[in-house]
Amino acid sequence: MDLKDWFASRQKRKEIQEVIKQPLTTDEYCALWKQCFQCRELLYTRDLRTNLDVCPKCDYHFRVGALDRIEQLADEGSFDELDADMRSSDPLTFFDTEAYVKRQNEATRKSGLREAVLTGLCRIDGHDAALGCMDFGHFGGSMGSVVGEKVTRLTEAAMERNSPLIVVSSSGGARMQEGILSLMQMAKTSSALKSFADSGNLYISILTEPTFGGVTASFAMLGDFIIAEPGARIGFAGRRVIEQTIRQKLPADFQTAEYLLKHGQVDMVVSRNKLKETLARLIAFHKPVPQVVPEKKVSGEPSTAVRT
Amino acid sequence: MATVEKKPIPLEFEQPLAILAQNMEALEKQLSDNPELEGDLERMQDQYNSLKRSLYSNLRPIDHLAIARHPQRPYTRDYFSTWDPAWVELHGDRKGVDDGAMVGALLEIDGIKMVAVGTQKGRTLRDKQHCNFGMPQPEGYRKALRLFHHANKFHLPILCLIDTPGAYPGLSAEEHNQSQAIAENLMELAGVTVPVVAAVTGEGGSGGALAIGVANRILMLEHSVYSVITPEGCASILWRSNDKVSEACQAMKMTAKEILQLGVIDQVISEPLGGAHHDYQTAAENLKNAIVAQMTELMRLSPEQVRKDRQDKFRRFGSFC
Repeated sequence: MDLKDWFASRQKRKEIQEVIKQPLTTDEYCALWKQCFQCRELLYTRDLRTNLDVCPKCDYHFRVGALDRIEQLADEGSFDELDADMRSSDPLTFFDTEAYVKRQNEATRKSGLREAVLTGLCRIDGHDAALGCMDFGHFGGSMGSVVGEKVTRLTEAAMERNSPLIVVSSSGGARMQEGILSLMQMAKTSSALKSFADSGNLYISILTEPTFGGVTASFAMLGDFIIAEPGARIGFAGRRVIEQTIRQKLPADFQTAEYLLKHGQVDMVVSRNKLKETLARLIAFHKPVPQVVPEKKVSGEPSTAVRT
Repeated sequence: MATVEKKPIPLEFEQPLAILAQNMEALEKQLSDNPELEGDLERMQDQYNSLKRSLYSNLRPIDHLAIARHPQRPYTRDYFSTWDPAWVELHGDRKGVDDGAMVGALLEIDGIKMVAVGTQKGRTLRDKQHCNFGMPQPEGYRKALRLFHHANKFHLPILCLIDTPGAYPGLSAEEHNQSQAIAENLMELAGVTVPVVAAVTGEGGSGGALAIGVANRILMLEHSVYSVITPEGCASILWRSNDKVSEACQAMKMTAKEILQLGVIDQVISEPLGGAHHDYQTAAENLKNAIVAQMTELMRLSPEQVRKDRQDKFRRFGSFC
């Protein structure tokens, strides 16, 4: 070993030692531990995940991304994604302080998703279903052309298969960067749901923290059943806008799931660990039952026709 | 109908015109004493006309917004009473409230009987309060919904006039489920089997406008605007500043011409020079002709075709790859 090598290896040893000595960065620390927003309890992330991202101490429901949500609701390995490659274009060549395209790429980098909704076919406790999950982590869950189109296609797919439709909403509203076209997605999804409703199939809408604006004012509020997660904030206009308009302090529980339940706007508030069970039960309840048609005598043989 | 009794109030961008008009007035007063000034007056008149033309042919989006919000702009009731002086007003949502921001009517225009709804902004202070400045509560949308069902039952075409800053953001509105009221209108209006024609006559503000805007044909007056959020809201969210409204107007592409290019609306109706508030009669006449033409065409379709036409139209909206 000559002198040069000795110095190089000493440098290396030093570097390794420094890496070991360095305390965890905030990011790494947060990956291991999370603090509950409500009760301030420190929670080990792995435990939190096994508890479906619900604080075991105070039952606070953390926001859940679309992928985790699918894992929680769909039977293992049954989710078959639709329109996975669809991406929004930039119809207005929108530019505020940054170009829309750049913001999109940024959102994808942060969330790891292409768009704010994942849609697909799956099974829930053995029942076939069409499932759409929105992700607030991607562009604030905002509804642009792609979200509208994916939800519409999912509705059409459910109608074709006569299977129930389930959409988990979490959104800040319509996406401003696509202007009037975003607004039109409200009408597009509602119109598809009209045909779906006429076809006699079941649609269950699940509202999670937070659901606002154009999404609430279209497909999220059109469910045959509307289920909200505990503590989720749901509404049309944001709290701040309302306070500025009416110049009054609003009640503390305003626009929470419980407040909506009190005002007759949702069917039930269901905690996350009961959600899949509840869905399965509702789907099973509305499954077309084989009806026994009064027997008709055909060619003298008594038979019981079974219609499904 | 209230014709324009007062002179139109000049908007900010019209100030150069207003000053020129004032000078001309002053000159006119002196004309009887000094007949030699006639040449000057004529020259000034020419200058005034050319300035007016150039001003109105180069409007910025924010200028369109200002015209759309002009306090003297004709409102829904003005149009109704011009088209059919004997129009019948219908009140109430049948569930406890009559919302003044939403006007319901039976109209007969050029022999076509129709059910009409429209948002109304209100002219005087008391009127404005009664109409909630054109921002309907959930009850307003339920009133409209009731009338849509009525029209569907009696096979009457539906006309919707849109001029609203948006649905009302308030405590009671949320308690009475504003979002459900809008969502239900979107869904039910998509499903009616009679022709629906909607026209944006002023501001088309967000979901509150769309709730009566799911139509077979959507028309917009030349200076009206239609957007996903108010430009003020957009500026405060994206720019975090209240004085970027002009930029927001530009970025959102909210003027009639731009929205026609995006393929969302079917026709832009021209207005008298300077805006509808300069000449109510002409504005109403232009709009009426377009509505009648569209409706006549739609009435040839069968009920199923009409519904399909509308649902197909909205199915196409979107831009993705």
